[in-house]
Amino acid sequence: MKDDATAPADRSAGLKGLGCSRKRVEDVRFTQGRGNYVDDIKLKGMLSGDFVRSPYAHARVVSVDKDAALAVPGVLAVLTAQDLEPLGLHWMPTLAGDRQMVLADGKVLFQGQEVAFVVATDRYAAADGVAAVEVEYEELPVVTDPFRALDPDAPVLREDLEGKTEGAHGARRHHNHIFTWEAGDREATEAVLGEAEVVAEEMIHYHRTHPMPLETCGCVASMDKVTGKLTVWGTFQAPHAVRTVASLISGIAEHNIRIVSPDIGGGFGNKVGVYPGYVCSIVASIVTGRPVKWVESRMDNLMSTAFARDYWMKGRIAATKDGKITGLRCHVTADHGGFDACADPTKFPAGFMNICTGSYDIPVAYLEVDGVYTNKAPGGVAYRCSFRVTEAAYFIERMIEVLAIKLGMDAAELRRINFIRADQFPYQSALGWEYDSGDYHRAWDKALEAVGYDALRAEQAQRLEDFRAGKTRKLIGIGLTHFTEIVGAGPVKNCDILGLGMFDSCEIRIHPTGSAIARLGTISQGQGHATTFAQIIASEIGIPADDITLEEGDTDTAPYGLGTYGSRSTPVAGAATAMAARKIRAKAQMIAAYLLEVHDDDVEFDIDRFAVKGAPERFKTMKEIAFAAYNQAIPGIEPGLEAVSYYDPPNMTYPFGAYICVMEIDVDTGDHDIRSFYALDDCGTRINPMIIEGQVHGGATEGYAIAMGQEIAYDAMGNHKTATLMDFFVPTSWETPHYTTDFTVTPSPHHPIGAKGVGESPNVGSVPCFSNAVHDAFRPFGLVHSHMPHDQWRVWKIAHDLGLHG
Amino acid sequence: MIPAGFEYHRPADLAAAIGILQQHGDEARVVAGGHSLIPMMKLRMAELGHLVDLRDIGELRGIGIAGGTAEIGAMTTQHELIGHGGLASALPVLREAALQIADPQVRYLGTIGGNVANGDPGNDMPAVMQCLGARFRLCGPEGEREVAARDFYEAAFFTARAEEEILSRILIPLPPEGTGQAYVKQKRKIGDYATAAAAVIAGRDSASVAMTNLSDTPVWSAEAGAALAAGHVEGCVEAMLAAIDPQEDMRGPIPFKKHVAAVVLRRAIGAALARRA
Ligand SMILES: Cc1cc2nc3c(=O)[nH]c(=O)nc-3n(C[C@H](O)[C@H](O)[C@H](O)COP(=O)(O)OP(=O)(O)OC[C@H]3O[C@@H](n4cnc5c(N)ncnc54)[C@H](O)[C@@H]3O)c2cc1C
Repeated sequence: MKDDATAPADRSAGLKGLGCSRKRVEDVRFTQGRGNYVDDIKLKGMLSGDFVRSPYAHARVVSVDKDAALAVPGVLAVLTAQDLEPLGLHWMPTLAGDRQMVLADGKVLFQGQEVAFVVATDRYAAADGVAAVEVEYEELPVVTDPFRALDPDAPVLREDLEGKTEGAHGARRHHNHIFTWEAGDREATEAVLGEAEVVAEEMIHYHRTHPMPLETCGCVASMDKVTGKLTVWGTFQAPHAVRTVASLISGIAEHNIRIVSPDIGGGFGNKVGVYPGYVCSIVASIVTGRPVKWVESRMDNLMSTAFARDYWMKGRIAATKDGKITGLRCHVTADHGGFDACADPTKFPAGFMNICTGSYDIPVAYLEVDGVYTNKAPGGVAYRCSFRVTEAAYFIERMIEVLAIKLGMDAAELRRINFIRADQFPYQSALGWEYDSGDYHRAWDKALEAVGYDALRAEQAQRLEDFRAGKTRKLIGIGLTHFTEIVGAGPVKNCDILGLGMFDSCEIRIHPTGSAIARLGTISQGQGHATTFAQIIASEIGIPADDITLEEGDTDTAPYGLGTYGSRSTPVAGAATAMAARKIRAKAQMIAAYLLEVHDDDVEFDIDRFAVKGAPERFKTMKEIAFAAYNQAIPGIEPGLEAVSYYDPPNMTYPFGAYICVMEIDVDTGDHDIRSFYALDDCGTRINPMIIEGQVHGGATEGYAIAMGQEIAYDAMGNHKTATLMDFFVPTSWETPHYTTDFTVTPSPHHPIGAKGVGESPNVGSVPCFSNAVHDAFRPFGLVHSHMPHDQWRVWKIAHDLGLHG
Repeated sequence: MIPAGFEYHRPADLAAAIGILQQHGDEARVVAGGHSLIPMMKLRMAELGHLVDLRDIGELRGIGIAGGTAEIGAMTTQHELIGHGGLASALPVLREAALQIADPQVRYLGTIGGNVANGDPGNDMPAVMQCLGARFRLCGPEGEREVAARDFYEAAFFTARAEEEILSRILIPLPPEGTGQAYVKQKRKIGDYATAAAAVIAGRDSASVAMTNLSDTPVWSAEAGAALAAGHVEGCVEAMLAAIDPQEDMRGPIPFKKHVAAVVLRRAIGAALARRA
């Protein structure tokens, strides 16, 4: 036994485990330009691919003439649907059970759709080839309005589905209808709405936007004709799922496919789906025998790969005169574009929209969602949110405000009297979820006090008086939000994507000298997994986080998992990490007991060691145990120290938060100024507070963009009007508000370390918060609801329509 | 976002540059900072066989203030302009406008010459030049000539400059001592072109007013200036509103733009009058 005088607190701090604001280990390479992204990959003989895209939103493709393109120096091939057809690859399955054209098969359904794929020796030749391909189109009538799409005489968009009355999610009742999905009790809800003392009704549009990761989508496909092995480096948020799907589509055996996600420059849902670029690059590599790279331009990204939202949500909320909510009904018209390419769990074609009762104890509710085809790009992905959770949170948080207006109540108070109480958890919601834990009143009271809510309201009232007296042209809006998320998909019993169960995994190997490597089925796109997952292991088995390497994204080495989106990494893979670590700790305990010559039950874990119970001076450190595990013959215990865990979560986790925004609005220009933004998040156990803060800043900034200006807009002809960053709003540091972050901790009762996930909370919570602030500023003048985004002209129009311009 | 192929030329003096333009006609175009032209080339909205880079031509550089006139070489970057002490005190409106153009990265490369020669109604400097009564010196095969900024803009991307001419210098008469100057711009974010912007100079009994991005050329209105000189702010605004012709785009519909034009103009007038000595 040796002498170890280090105090327990110091030993614990040295691990940099749970709760430590450990600096992000990834940033060393990212801040020095040493990241390795898909476009950094350069292989010998690599070719470049680029798409000919449709200028029309709806048209028949009469002919594609490749000759001029093939004459361009450097152009090797031009692929069309006809070339892919013999391989059965001119269409591909989407993650939503629909099918999507890889290359235009007779017609195009949205502007920017892929028509032909030009393969050339370099990027410039490919672009010249694209310009030289001659396509003859015959324009067809365009439908961009999802309500119009359901008119009996609306043009038929999906001729391939004509006559099909059954889709992947049940009956189709119109040629442009995709599915109807419902949850809750329709009759009971109607009954409550019919008898209610007060009913508020509103149409809430969550407009179409786009995740717009800084790095666009792309891949490098390399078919090695000698080994028969296909390797694809790509911007994949779910590399293992891509491998399985690629194998199923192509017929290439799964062990002959290697998918690698290198560093990814943001995903936010945009990189979950399978895109024509991947399929065409793979085919082109097989055809040419050379590696083929395809990387989207910014315009390609904004026009063709997955958009988000575009939900028209018609709400009716019932309450007593004193504000107790008695029922909620929501009907959604969901604009999915030309193909249904959402990336939701199979049984949830509208994602978890049925979390739309929010943080409130609403006894009965009914939700119905109709998915509709239009001449717009496909997608409908979860942009930094769990599946459709942002839509749900926006809907309920706007409906609460609309109800508050109808009741003449303060919206903070209305929320308070309707929150699910702490003693009601686990709480069964009217639309079918079991909320694991929460303490909404505590969070709400803390938030209101932190911002000085009453004083703010007094200041706002004074400002209003000054405005009416002509002393100022600026109003103050106070935006409130209390959101509840549902993340961590999910239990395999009800969550799968294309039949692939949504568990996740972690494998940990301890090296003989006591350092370690861990591999996960997830993939970081900037979230800092290499930092935080090492912290979980550090606390579980007492090896310093700095001594743990973390790897993800290579399907040849990482254990199988469903990837990173929907805030699922910490709830699912984080749980797997803790469970794998616990397996190692259990073996370490046996080894320690043997070394200390006591019974297994007579040693206990103590930060970074096992010590004899009651004799803490007799111990073996994890380093010593690791060395012995490999190098000492221990009867009955096989050598080595490693473990793998595949974790199927028993339930989702339910992070929540209270956000409050104070905004000044210039009624003459429609411009605004965010005076303050307070974000209280409860994500259960906090693994790394600094990373949480960073996630909140990033997500709230995206939310700010969405609420205040960011949109994917089309004109009536289906022309995409926001395909560059001149018109698609991405805030710079100048526009970005300052944030004050805060927290409460209500651990998840079913997660091994009590963590719930936080990456998406700020996007979910901030959008209604900013929007509510705008609405709140105009509430005294009679505004009930006005659609996002609240850019300058739309805010100006609110003021104008309310007669505030004299 | 990949341009078509082109020949790159980098002449050392004006004569050589003009020679290349003469040789290739409308196949050739000069490039200054490239921050308007290169994006157009990447979108393949401008396809040219020959690009003539002006950056090695010393005659196009330098800032001088003498004899009541400021003279600015066309290749002066926005960044250099912002940092020039003499200009900041004699023509503060130039600095104020330049600071509202794009972001520092664009301003390190973008030039004043390119900004005024481009002919994009979104550019900020043309209205400032019209407001100040600047003159543009053009050099071509036939020698030099000067064109008033107020006569230079014909339509979007069409100017009085002939294809073979190069803008060499901008000449700005210094306003009388005590003149108030202001440039107020509404935009959606950093890096955005104006929803509406107004350049105003106001002296004791003279004034000039011009606006950006509210028509297919910058809008200078003699009536608006005269009204303001006579002390009629609302008359000035009214004259300006009659002169502008905004189009709907993602910044908003026409009534909004007209309303904001008036608001921005009033604010610029307010600032200029407050700064008047
Ligand atoms: C993100 C972004 C935001 C921007 N925002 C703004 C803004 O808010 N306000 C604004 O005013 N501008 C803005 N710009 C444009 C920017 O200021 C450009 O730099 C400017 O318009 C052109 O200057 P340049 O030196 O880059 O010219 P170039 O792009 O090189 O040339 C522009 C045109 O002028 C011609 N030209 C250039 N120099 C001469 C010359 N000496 N003689 C004859 N012809 C010449 C070229 O042939 C070309 O046709 C923005 C640009 C970007 C990329």
